[in-house]
Amino acid sequence: MPTPLVVSDVAKSFTMHLRDGIKLPVIAGVSFSIRAGECTVLGGPSGAGKSSILKMLYGNYAVDEGQIIVTHDDGLIDLATASPRTVLAVRRQTIGYVSQFLRTVPRVSALDVVAEPLVERGEDREIARGKARALLAQLNLPEKLWALPPATFSGGEQQRVNIARGFITEHPILLLDEPTASLDARNRDVVIELIAAKKAAGVALLGIFHDHDVREAVADRIIDVTAFAPGKIAA
Amino acid sequence: MTDEPLLRVSALSKFYGSRVGCDNVSFDLWPGEVLAVVGESGSGKTTLLNCLSTRLLPSSGTASYRMRDGQFRELYRMSEAERRFLMRTDWGFVHQNPADGLRMTVSAGANVGERLMAVGDRHYGKIRATAVDWLSRVEIDEDRIDDEPRAFSGGMRQRLQIARNLVTGPRLVFMDEPTGGLDVSVQARLLDLLRGLVTDLGLAAIVVTHDLAVARLLSQRMMVMKDGRVVESGLTDRVLDDPRAPYTQLLVSSILQV
Repeated sequence: MPTPLVVSDVAKSFTMHLRDGIKLPVIAGVSFSIRAGECTVLGGPSGAGKSSILKMLYGNYAVDEGQIIVTHDDGLIDLATASPRTVLAVRRQTIGYVSQFLRTVPRVSALDVVAEPLVERGEDREIARGKARALLAQLNLPEKLWALPPATFSGGEQQRVNIARGFITEHPILLLDEPTASLDARNRDVVIELIAAKKAAGVALLGIFHDHDVREAVADRIIDVTAFAPGKIAA
Repeated sequence: MTDEPLLRVSALSKFYGSRVGCDNVSFDLWPGEVLAVVGESGSGKTTLLNCLSTRLLPSSGTASYRMRDGQFRELYRMSEAERRFLMRTDWGFVHQNPADGLRMTVSAGANVGERLMAVGDRHYGKIRATAVDWLSRVEIDEDRIDDEPRAFSGGMRQRLQIARNLVTGPRLVFMDEPTGGLDVSVQARLLDLLRGLVTDLGLAAIVVTHDLAVARLLSQRMMVMKDGRVVESGLTDRVLDDPRAPYTQLLVSSILQV
C-alpha cells in the first residue's frame, strides 16, 4: 500500500502587512509521512504550530516552501502548489478534516450538516441521512436536537456534530484538530472507538490531542513538532 | 463531469477614458463553482461583472463561454441577438435592487412565466404550474402568485427575482450584491436559500459582494479586487483564514466580531 501522505521540508510564516510587514515564522523543515491504518499524533506545546501543519495539509493555509504529496485519484498531487479546484477535489475524495470548532450555517439542521459531506460525494440524500442518524446516536446527541440548526447548541454538542460530519465519509486520510476538547468522558470513549474503527478500515489519521488519556489510547506514533521550530532559520 | 471550464476569461480590461474600471483580469470558472469577487466600492468588481455578463463591452481582453453544444464562443464577437438569447436562457443576472431585475407592474407569476415564454414555452397551464413550483422553492406562498412585486417586501422581491432567473435552468448566474440592503435575518434566509439552490442545481455563479461573510458562505473560490486589479485569489477559506496581500489583510481584520 502506498504512503498516503508525505510532507517534506515544509515551511510557513505569516507576514503582517498591517504591522510594518513583520514576519512571524511559524514552522520550518517539517518532514514526516503518515501511514494507512495508523493514527499519528502531533505533539508539542500550544503555539508550536501543530494546527498550522494540519491547516496546510487541508489547503486552508498557504505553504511557503516544501511539498505535501498526497495520493489522490490514483495519482500524486502536491498540495502546496495545487490549484483551488484540485484542493477542493482532494477534500471531497481524499482528505477529511475535523476542525476544532463547527462553522454553522443558518437554518441547516444538525442532521443535514452531518450528511452533507456524503451528499457532496454523490451519495443519495436519504441514505446519507440514515448514516448521519446512526453516528449522532452513537455520539449520544439527543434525538430532539437532530432537526435543529446547531448554532444554539452547547460547545460539546456542536463538537459532536462536527465529529460526526468528519467521520461519516470514507476518506482515506483524516485530520483531527482536538476533536475531544469539549467532550465528557463517555463521549471521549466513543471518539476513541470511532478512531479505532477508522484505523481498522485502513484510514491514515493525523491528529492533535491535548487530552493525555485519549492520546495514549489512539496514538501509534507521536511526532514532536518542536523539532520543526523555525528559530534556527529565522533571521 | 467534464474537465473543461464553462467560462475562460483572459486579460480583461475596461477603461473609462483614462480611469481604470478593471485591469488585466484572468480566471477560469468550472461548472458548479461559485466564485466570489470582493472589494470595496470603486474596486472594479461591478465593472468586471458587467463586462462578463456582456452588459458592458471591455476595452481589451477576451472571455469565451462553453455553449450547450460544447463549443467555446468568444462573447464579445457574438451578435447582439445571440448575446440576448444567452442572457435569457443560459444565464441569469440577480441585481442588488430587485426592481432592476423584475417587472414591477405585472404579477409575480408572470415575472417567472415570462422567462419561460422567452425560451419557447407556450402552454399556459404548464407555465403556471412551473411558476407555482418555483415560487414555493423560494418560499413565496402560492396565493401571492397574482400579486404584483410592488406589494412584496424587499426580501420577497429578492426571492422572486431569484426564481425568475433560475426558472429556465441557467448554467451560469451573475449576482451583484444579492443580499445588499436587506435586514440581517432576511439576509440569512436568502443566503441559505441561494446556497441550497446552487448546490442542488449545480450552478456556476459569480457573486460580487463587499460582505466577506456572504463570500464565505456561498463561494468556494474568491478574488479580491482593489483599484481595478486582482490583488489576491484562491480558495475562499484560504484567502480569509490566511490572507497574504496587504489589502486582503486589511479587509479581513476590519470585520466586526459579533
